[in-house]
Amino acid sequence: MNSNLNLLIGLAMGLNLLALGTGRLPALIRAMSAQGVILGVMPVIMEHELDWRVALVALATMVGKGLIIPALLRRATRAVSIDRELEPIIGFVPSLLLGAAGAIAALALTQVLPLMPEHAGSLLVPGALATVFTGFILLIGRTKAISQVCGYLILENGIYLFGLLLIKAMPLLVEAGVLLDLTVGVFIIGIIVDRIQRAFDSLDTRKLTALRE
Amino acid sequence: MITIFDIILRLACWLLVAPLLPGIINKVKAWVAGRRGPPVLQLYYDLARLWKKSVVMSTLASPAFVILPAVAWVALLGAAMLVPLGPAGAGLSFRGDVLLMLYLLALGRFCTAWAAMETGSAFEGMGAVREVSYAVLTEAAMVAAVLSLSVQTGSISLATMLAPPAGAGAILLAAGLFIVLLAENCRVPFDDPNTHLELTMIHEVMVLDHSGPPLAVILHGAAMKLLLFAVLLAQAVLPMGRFGPFASAAVLVAGVLAVTAGVGVVESLLARFAFRRVPLLLTTAFLLCLFALLVAWKGGMS
Repeated sequence: MNSNLNLLIGLAMGLNLLALGTGRLPALIRAMSAQGVILGVMPVIMEHELDWRVALVALATMVGKGLIIPALLRRATRAVSIDRELEPIIGFVPSLLLGAAGAIAALALTQVLPLMPEHAGSLLVPGALATVFTGFILLIGRTKAISQVCGYLILENGIYLFGLLLIKAMPLLVEAGVLLDLTVGVFIIGIIVDRIQRAFDSLDTRKLTALRE
Repeated sequence: MITIFDIILRLACWLLVAPLLPGIINKVKAWVAGRRGPPVLQLYYDLARLWKKSVVMSTLASPAFVILPAVAWVALLGAAMLVPLGPAGAGLSFRGDVLLMLYLLALGRFCTAWAAMETGSAFEGMGAVREVSYAVLTEAAMVAAVLSLSVQTGSISLATMLAPPAGAGAILLAAGLFIVLLAENCRVPFDDPNTHLELTMIHEVMVLDHSGPPLAVILHGAAMKLLLFAVLLAQAVLPMGRFGPFASAAVLVAGVLAVTAGVGVVESLLARFAFRRVPLLLTTAFLLCLFALLVAWKGGMS
């Protein structure tokens, strides 16, 4: 069971690097949603006996992160008809190297942390730290509003991964509420992106600092 | 007496089998494209034809222009002698021979680049610059791959490093080493071996002004390098130590053939990448090997 979980977390960490290395917005959205689906499967694997509530939340996570949010983002991309090439502030190779260094640092840090014995062998903590770090790099290093949203969603994926540590203590209702907030948030961002495009003729967030009448 | 016989047999094997691989790649490419393609033995005919021709030398070039390809060829053959061939083992094996292999490969590259600059042509200098700057990135990936194998087996001798399976990181290592193989041998996503007119080529630029026997030696050396990398990749990933002698030899041959066919398929399906995207792919190869190292290290601890 634990090795299956570690395999899935390893896949999610690989998707982090894919998200950092890709130069195309659709590929970034795809990596982000695939990661969301992988994360959605995890609670089902972690629980010993299958509860219908766990299954429901897992299904909601997979549909929400794997279908609805990417569809909203793609619609926003189409509506503003932006060019698909991302313009990074931190280049692709440096951000890939940063992401890999973050993953290795997270693994090294986990060796030092005083974890519960049942979490010592699992990749949950390093995976969560590395994913949060990837989200930060994407938030800082990309200029297009939509790619920053993807960074934010990957950051949230990392926090969700961290929350899986407390799956016994934390009610899944909290997770369901977060998912709802996230979907509404992305829905609103889709509208905001349209407004930014109309007001500034570009989605480059650096231009938002320039005041206009 | 036995050892001399063994070494001669081994030399013959490396020298005679190597030109087969580019032929197989071309055959696979032709098959995917629905053509008949050149015969598998085409490179042998080319080498024989080039060997009979005379050398044309630029007035600028020093004798190094002819000597250096030979030095590079000997360095590659030396590196090949260090690589174990399945059940037969390596021609020469000692502690740390993997480092010697890496440096012999680097020496071969240095000689080819120098010979290219002997002509005094800016075009060839540009090719040499490209070759060497890609090599910086591929060598990082190679060193990470070698480290991951040596961490896993606790040894720095090629024969023991390659015998056991590469473990959990085998897929990462296979992907990383395959990209390194494509880059080191100037295959398609990095360089197109068929073009002779474009400004974007790498290896073919460097050998453009060579002719006759030196060109034959360079072509044969390139084929040998391809075989060397295919053998390394197959042995690093497959659990060679687990089979009997005959099964192991068969597995090695099948592995090398699979790698060669894989190169052909990749070449048929992919176009050459734009130059600015090449460092990204090579960094990916480096990271794949680095994560294989991490997996080997973590696996060794727990």
